[in-house]
Amino acid sequence: MEGSSVVMMVIGMVVIWGGLVASVGYAIRTGRQARKADTDR
Amino acid sequence: MHREEWGSRWGFILAAVGSAIGLGNIWRFPYIAFDNGGGAFFLPYLFALLTAGLPLLILEYTLGHRLRGSAPLTLRRLSKKTEWIGWWQVGIGFIISSYYAVVLAWAAAYTYYSVGTQWGDNPEQFFLGSFLQAPDTPGDVNTIVPAVLIPLILIWVVTLVIGVRGVKRGIETATKVMIPLLVVTFGALVLRAVTLPGATAGLDSLFRPDFGALTDGAVWTAAYGQIFFSLSIAFAIMITYSSYLPRSSDLTNNALIAGFANSSFELLAGIGVFAAIGFMASSQGVAVDEVAQQGVLLAFVAFPQIINTFPALNSLFGVLFFGSLVLAGLSSLISIVEVYVSALRDKFGLERTTAVLVGGGACALVSVLYATDGGLFLLDTADSFINNFGIVLAGLAEVVAVAWFLRRLGVLQRHANRVSDVTIGWGWRISLAVITPLVLGYMTFDNFRTTITQGYEDYPTGLLLIAGWGAALVALIFGIVVSLRRWDPEVLDFDTHTLDREEVHT
Repeated sequence: MEGSSVVMMVIGMVVIWGGLVASVGYAIRTGRQARKADTDR
Repeated sequence: MHREEWGSRWGFILAAVGSAIGLGNIWRFPYIAFDNGGGAFFLPYLFALLTAGLPLLILEYTLGHRLRGSAPLTLRRLSKKTEWIGWWQVGIGFIISSYYAVVLAWAAAYTYYSVGTQWGDNPEQFFLGSFLQAPDTPGDVNTIVPAVLIPLILIWVVTLVIGVRGVKRGIETATKVMIPLLVVTFGALVLRAVTLPGATAGLDSLFRPDFGALTDGAVWTAAYGQIFFSLSIAFAIMITYSSYLPRSSDLTNNALIAGFANSSFELLAGIGVFAAIGFMASSQGVAVDEVAQQGVLLAFVAFPQIINTFPALNSLFGVLFFGSLVLAGLSSLISIVEVYVSALRDKFGLERTTAVLVGGGACALVSVLYATDGGLFLLDTADSFINNFGIVLAGLAEVVAVAWFLRRLGVLQRHANRVSDVTIGWGWRISLAVITPLVLGYMTFDNFRTTITQGYEDYPTGLLLIAGWGAALVALIFGIVVSLRRWDPEVLDFDTHTLDREEVHT
């Protein structure tokens, strides 16, 4: 594979799969915080 | 009537992701990316995701969640003048599901044919001749094809049983099984594909950037089209699904997850498909662009050829590929059927089972049309016209009505921000009020211009008039006619659903 193809593949993976991981991670974190707030109340 | 609800946040997300991930992710995206700048295509693709896909997804989640109804009821609660758009989208969903089920029937049949690679040494002849019995002249319809009809009945039975079981016990449970299974089966296929000889040549063709393509408007239109058709937006699914969310549910981050999950699967599919195409090109000693295909021919002709050439376990990889198509398509089909089941229940006060049997049963009967020897041409025509003159136009009508005629973006934005973890701002409103209508408007103009001047695939005018323009027009007329029928006053008399009143149950 050419270098430019590898770079574009890596960028695509980082942005798209990274976006998924970040949004799922954020949902898990906020879900935990909400549950903790409910328990503390 | 008490509205059903999802059992959990992840149940809703998996159902939404299952709806978005469909056949187009596997057989459309890879070729569109390859044909529109390769690696450079990711720039317009991401731009389209951020400025049209995600904003529209958030809009539909917010509409359904705030107004808590099927698309017609949600749009009726928004304004008396917009109900017809909801029914138009229901009509579009009905037509799409009638032929989509048939493609799933093909995939189910091919899952069986994979055992022993029963398509033989000439997959094209097997698909068009032995299997579909397609006539030489598009538009000819002579007989029902039992090899398609039998798996079609099976697909409809599974779909309607899931529908009858309801939102939580049916759709949610099914997608909780289907989506992880899809990721595992397709993931296994991709892992094998990228280790085949010649795979890197295929990946090189897919990702090699042609930045000069970015100055071509058609590339940007292709990116918006891919995002638009891929995310299940503008044909009422996401409004319906989000209407089943509990009151205190996140909307914006759920949209981000669903949008990125859909794109993630598309990227995975691109890698798997082009690695396999690179392998086929390498084994035939030809360039990748000579064998690169999309759509029906990629799935049912090119992939059987590729599977024939696999060094080992041919049957297993055939089952994995066509099984993945069935899983991806089935989770989308059940979401489309839910659109008209939900609408029938809201408008006519039907029980779920009755609505599923009436709506789904009628659609199953219509789908037999596509299980005939002329079904391939009927299906291809209906798909092109209902996409270009149904979904795109209905999406344009929806966004223009909400953003410009009713001017409701502000109040919807406040609702989304009140319940969500990630807040949206002026960028969301600009995307929906300016960028999305401009892009959809241009796509509509271009679709009309191209189809009127060039026709479609050299098909006869009679076929285009009936299966193409006719199907698109029937959906619109259906929308207008059904919206004239009065609602049960109790359904509409729900003042907590008045949009301008601040939500009390946060």
